[in-house]
Amino acid sequence: MITETPNGFSLDDSGQRIVVDPVTRIEGHLRIEVNIDENNVIRNAVSTGTMWRGLEVILKGRDPRDAWAFTQRICGVCTGTHALTSVRTVEDALNIQIPENANTIRNIMQMALYTHDHLVHFYHLHALDWVDVVSSLSADPKATSELAQSISDWPKSSPGYFRDLQTRLKKFVESGQLGLFRNGYWGNPAYKLPPEANLMAVAHYLEALDFQKEIVKIHTVFGGKNPHPNWLVGGVPCPINVADTGAVGAINIERLNLVKRIIDESRQFVEQVYLPDLMAIASFYKDWTYGGGLSSTNVLSYGDIPDNANDYSAGNLLLPRGAIINGNLNEVHDVDLRNPEEIQEFVSHSWYNYPNQDAGLHPWDGVTDPHFELGPNTRGTRTNIESIDESARYSWIKSPRWNGNAMEVGPLARYIIGYASNNPEFKEPVEKVLTDLNLPVSALFSTLGRTAARGLECAWAAEKMQYFYNKLITNIRNGDLATANVSLWEPHTWPHEAKGVGFTEAPRGALGHWIHIKDKRIENYQAVVPTTWNAGPRDAQGNIGAYEAALLNTPVANAEQPLEILRTIHSFDPCLACSTHIMSPDGEVLANVKVR
Amino acid sequence: MASNESFYDVFRQQGISRRSFNKFCSITAASLGLGPAFAPRIAHAMETKRRTPVIWLNGLECTCCSESFIRSSHPLVSDMVLSMLSLDYSEVLMAAAGHQAEAALQETLRDNYGEYILAVEGNPPLNEDGMFCIVGGRPFLEQLQEMAAGAKAVIAWGSCASNGCVQAAKPNPTQATPIHKVIRDKPIIKIPGCPPIAEVMTGVVTYMLTFGEIPPLDRLGRPKMFYGQRIHDKCYRRPHFDAGQFAEAWDDENSRKGYCLYKMGCRGPTTYNACSTVRWNDGVSFPIQSGHGCIGCSEENFWDNGPFYERLAKINTPFFVESDADRIGLGAVAVVGTAIAAHTAASALQRARSNSNAAKSE
Repeated sequence: MITETPNGFSLDDSGQRIVVDPVTRIEGHLRIEVNIDENNVIRNAVSTGTMWRGLEVILKGRDPRDAWAFTQRICGVCTGTHALTSVRTVEDALNIQIPENANTIRNIMQMALYTHDHLVHFYHLHALDWVDVVSSLSADPKATSELAQSISDWPKSSPGYFRDLQTRLKKFVESGQLGLFRNGYWGNPAYKLPPEANLMAVAHYLEALDFQKEIVKIHTVFGGKNPHPNWLVGGVPCPINVADTGAVGAINIERLNLVKRIIDESRQFVEQVYLPDLMAIASFYKDWTYGGGLSSTNVLSYGDIPDNANDYSAGNLLLPRGAIINGNLNEVHDVDLRNPEEIQEFVSHSWYNYPNQDAGLHPWDGVTDPHFELGPNTRGTRTNIESIDESARYSWIKSPRWNGNAMEVGPLARYIIGYASNNPEFKEPVEKVLTDLNLPVSALFSTLGRTAARGLECAWAAEKMQYFYNKLITNIRNGDLATANVSLWEPHTWPHEAKGVGFTEAPRGALGHWIHIKDKRIENYQAVVPTTWNAGPRDAQGNIGAYEAALLNTPVANAEQPLEILRTIHSFDPCLACSTHIMSPDGEVLANVKVR
Repeated sequence: MASNESFYDVFRQQGISRRSFNKFCSITAASLGLGPAFAPRIAHAMETKRRTPVIWLNGLECTCCSESFIRSSHPLVSDMVLSMLSLDYSEVLMAAAGHQAEAALQETLRDNYGEYILAVEGNPPLNEDGMFCIVGGRPFLEQLQEMAAGAKAVIAWGSCASNGCVQAAKPNPTQATPIHKVIRDKPIIKIPGCPPIAEVMTGVVTYMLTFGEIPPLDRLGRPKMFYGQRIHDKCYRRPHFDAGQFAEAWDDENSRKGYCLYKMGCRGPTTYNACSTVRWNDGVSFPIQSGHGCIGCSEENFWDNGPFYERLAKINTPFFVESDADRIGLGAVAVVGTAIAAHTAASALQRARSNSNAAKSE
């Protein structure tokens, strides 16, 4: 049957159904089903979030100052970003102002997360969609060296280096135990890199695996550990003591030097390895222009990285803020997270009940009442689903909408909004990439555009770490050591009732938390997260979300191997624990399974 | 654990002929895109040493355990996955997806039954017929129990698998359940923490590979080598505790001097973990060193023992370095909750004294 969606897509579910479950190299549990036509082109796509943990109901009744620790456990991949959003939310509700140093340190931590998360995504979660590991075994190490040296000054590029690595890989493959590379799609015709580019990329896969652990040490310095560093309502927990007695137990010059070294190394790795690899790989896939989905029409960003403390207005945010709809790049709309009409969540196709099933709810009024029920056209059983029925409820993810529109969020959304806002920090790098690859602006709206924006943003973030490091040093030099404001720490200083909203741009896109505090306790807590925006199911009107839209009209080289599906889904960097954390308000116990 | 039998040995035991084995090697070589010349080399490798297969499953969790694991500095994770073990299934890192991923699981079950280590991140929800966590169209619980059946040992990564962690905090709406309650017949090594320290994770695995046995465990199933003592016992700020020197507010003078965070809610005195000794991220720091108290993330029910910033006086706990979890569990130690309060009072006196001494000397 052919259906035209209100947001301009044509769906045809008559062809062969392909199921990908589990989708791997993501955070959490996701299922994708598509229908392909007789030419192996995707004509229908269905995104199903397959997990639900419900953190918000667990938060009910707890101390708002603890909320950051709970919400941080929504996700251990984008670790810290929920915690940062949470402390901002509580500070907004209680009108707490934080010191400049706290804002600066939070920004350094958020940019360290971006740098780490984007790098790991590219090499360890996404690269194998473009890079054929087995092909690298037939590469000429000398030619690989020439290729590497032609695109970068990165020192690990000698023929001997690549020969040693290739020998190690051969030994690994010859063992017959392929481990992580087992059953991969090696040899699929959709792989386009020559063996030398594959060998170079595999080398950098392993180098990046060894290097990424360095970046997070910035979190360890300021937050004590990573994943899941510590945060604080009112500032940051780490005091600064540069020169006095006891400085060894605080942020001192030795700690700052460690942070500086990591920033330097991170910038070097991104500029000399990540970006050159990205450009080299992209140059072989220029013709693969699929996966644009909603990006050419509807994108959303809340903005983030306040330059100065306590000012969350668009003009003070270094990451751009705004919404673009209907592809009109000439108009960037403002976004108001407090307006009950703008951001709403729908559950018409989600496994939740609403008082009015097809009406949207603003997060301050959010309800999450789980109700797992499969549609009549499901193939299989309730606990053994062969294929899902998307005409009914089919996901643990809700469908958020901005003024009724399905939106794409993430690095590409941010870069499009920055581009449309004529912000040179975003527009110039985009234009350079397009010029270098000889591509039109429209090439941006694609799977590769998403992947490229993430790479550019990684370089941007690493550079901003340096900017805020310098700012921190300047502030300390001027005698400001404050890292926390405790004037409203004690609950007796709080109003009887308060509401707040906090936001960040998580690596994967726009993230908002909404809180209602009553009698010093959390009355209601709601989070609307990036992967909810991107991976959510259809809404009551039949508008499809970003994942589903991006998969449409993509040809699949081998219907038995979901390589192209993975490519496009991975370009969003899915985070399912984030998208499906929502809670039942009463935590009622449903049907039980016996524990043996 | 000490079994070092080769792939060929397993084939032989299953009554498979040399001829079939060679054929398998040829098919493997072909399926990898390698020439027929590789077949004898694969055969040779399979006849000799094998890397221990590891199956890593993910239930309800946040993936902080996988993220922590790849932070390991010694050994490096690249060495772990290329040379030390065979990570045959990890939804976070593996190349294959969907049917090919499920096939990897079934192949391991078939070819390495009784030989692989099952590593579990997260836990199964039991409500809603287990469908709060679906993998391959089925409840995660089924996948977990199926794979546990053929495992020689099970590692419970992190607090989710070990204790339930955040989704099991009250009121636990999905009935998220630690894995030892659904796997009854296998040794389970618990590595609690949210997440555990990277080098503790790889340390436990390499201990098993190196010494061919499960590390000695305490009463709660945790390796004694990493969970035998409390954070407080080895905390470098312990002398400040003993001297009665405490941070009284965030960013106050005492915080900047690195005084004890007990009054800020630190759970170090009741938390068994290696944070104050191994430390985090190649030894860079740990929560207390960076100014925030321990929140007790490796302890059972730590989410419901809050608020985190309320000091510990209410919690009954022994106060002797010698009291490991076994002894406490056996009830050998009397309730000494009041001991902390008494100690604090004594420390305050001592501090007053030292302050006046300091004033005199100035």
